[in-house]
Amino acid sequence: MRRPRRSVTRRPRVRRIRLVDIAHARSGDKGDTANVGLIAKRPADYALLERYATAARVARHFKGMIRGPVERFELPNLHALNFLLHGALDGGGTISLKTDAQGKVFSTALLRMVIEVRA
Amino acid sequence: MTQSVRIAGGQGFWGDWLEAPWRQITGGPVDFLMMDYLAEVTMSIMQKQKSRDSSLGYAKDFIPLMERLLPELVARKVRVTTNAGGVNPHACATAVAEVARRLGFAGKLTIGVVTGDDLLGRVDALLSAGHELRNLDTGRPLRDVRDRLQSVNAYLGAAPVVEALRRGADIVITGRVTDTGLTLGPMMHAFGWAPDAWDRVAAGTVAGHTIECGAQCSGGNCLVDWERIPDLANVGYPIAEAYPDGTVDIIKHPGTGGRITVAGVTEQLVYEMGDPHSYITPDGIADFTTIQLRQAGKDRVRMSGIRGRPATDSLKVSAAYFYGYKAVGTLVYAWPDALKKAKAADRILRQRLDDLGLKFETILTEFVGVDATHGPLAAREIEATDVPEVQLRIGVRAAERAPVERFTREIAPLILNGPPSVTGFAGGRPKPEEIVAYWPALIDKTQVQACVDLVAV
Repeated sequence: MRRPRRSVTRRPRVRRIRLVDIAHARSGDKGDTANVGLIAKRPADYALLERYATAARVARHFKGMIRGPVERFELPNLHALNFLLHGALDGGGTISLKTDAQGKVFSTALLRMVIEVRA
Repeated sequence: MTQSVRIAGGQGFWGDWLEAPWRQITGGPVDFLMMDYLAEVTMSIMQKQKSRDSSLGYAKDFIPLMERLLPELVARKVRVTTNAGGVNPHACATAVAEVARRLGFAGKLTIGVVTGDDLLGRVDALLSAGHELRNLDTGRPLRDVRDRLQSVNAYLGAAPVVEALRRGADIVITGRVTDTGLTLGPMMHAFGWAPDAWDRVAAGTVAGHTIECGAQCSGGNCLVDWERIPDLANVGYPIAEAYPDGTVDIIKHPGTGGRITVAGVTEQLVYEMGDPHSYITPDGIADFTTIQLRQAGKDRVRMSGIRGRPATDSLKVSAAYFYGYKAVGTLVYAWPDALKKAKAADRILRQRLDDLGLKFETILTEFVGVDATHGPLAAREIEATDVPEVQLRIGVRAAERAPVERFTREIAPLILNGPPSVTGFAGGRPKPEEIVAYWPALIDKTQVQACVDLVAV
């Protein structure tokens, strides 16, 4: 049976956007927590970040890499979001055995994330 | 009233570019040179040096640097704020005074010394008076690591820096003063800002946060458009040009490399940020969600609209304590099947450590070239069979030295008795390292008295 035409046109179209294409970022550490500041390259894209780069989505992205929860803060004035990734640094600072003990490149690790934007 | 004041960032950490401070004072007009030397565990390193020699315990590099800068500083009337004093600001000031006298500046310079941050000698009294100094991350009381403590310092704010400047100090040498206080202090002094002018205090704090990491706001380590940032070899370090109303322009000297843009400054603003509504310092609380940035000219970003709130009743305390030992060993495996070989070597090594009965708090393996920076996020995408080489990097951590020491002897044997195509071991056997860990806490402000002394050269 043919599907009715209307339901086809109603199916939401989804655009997949990799964050590296619309944002830049910088990350650092506070103890065992890494922070990632995610900044829209064009102010207009901040709305996309705010809507789709949720704390839950970012937590899923970093599953297996961090032991604690993810917190998100909004800075619309800077077109930026700030994420705190808890338990990300194997104890952090001098304790950590990681190459990236100070969380310096969690920034670009977040930019690998793909968001699915409903058109 | 002073129209504007220029504070030049000269060092973003102990070990930063030695040319930067010289270029900052000779490249154009500035009023203050601000140099931040202290990271979280730096104090414990300095405390160790001081325990071996009571005339040490500060950033030693600061002395030859001042020898080079002093004639220019004096000629151009540039004043200095720095936390190079570490755990021994008086010894640092004495060493600078000696250099100054040798250069012929006797009677022409005053050094301000800020102390009162060092709580190591008072820690038992504080603990028995009920100040538990609980770890802000774990909640444990400091008593738990009392016998392993190596340094305990409260973060002081801008107030003692302001006092030293008001009393005529040309060079202000402090212990653990916040990075931001070293920039805010000169502004409060120059404009006569009241300590409870919370919006102004917040503006100076945000300016301090922006320039405290040196070139990281002027083109260094800047991701956005990084390939087109000009002439990083001659990167210009940042200058905060502050105005009495709390507006601050971030600029650099003409003719220098790097770039100052809204995007680049934004990267630095979010660096090491927690809750942006509450950036808490001893001086007040800055709300980063109120910062307005605009490009006000080439290499000139204007910050305005910054709002602040009253300071809290506590000071942050940074303690350092002995935690245990660690060591990291590496080997490089080559194509074909570089990753498979590295993984096999890791399995073999772990089995041998196990068979020896060695106990570790953690064993961490990374395959550099595959997963060391982005973990499984990158490993998923890599055609692992084709990579030209992989570095096996394996680290261990334990409370005792012995298992770590034994681990360091298990790397080299793999060269001849493990998987093939292995190289990159010229560095020799890794060395066990002592871990000195960081303990953040809070203390009531009434327990800490900053002290300002003046030393005439």
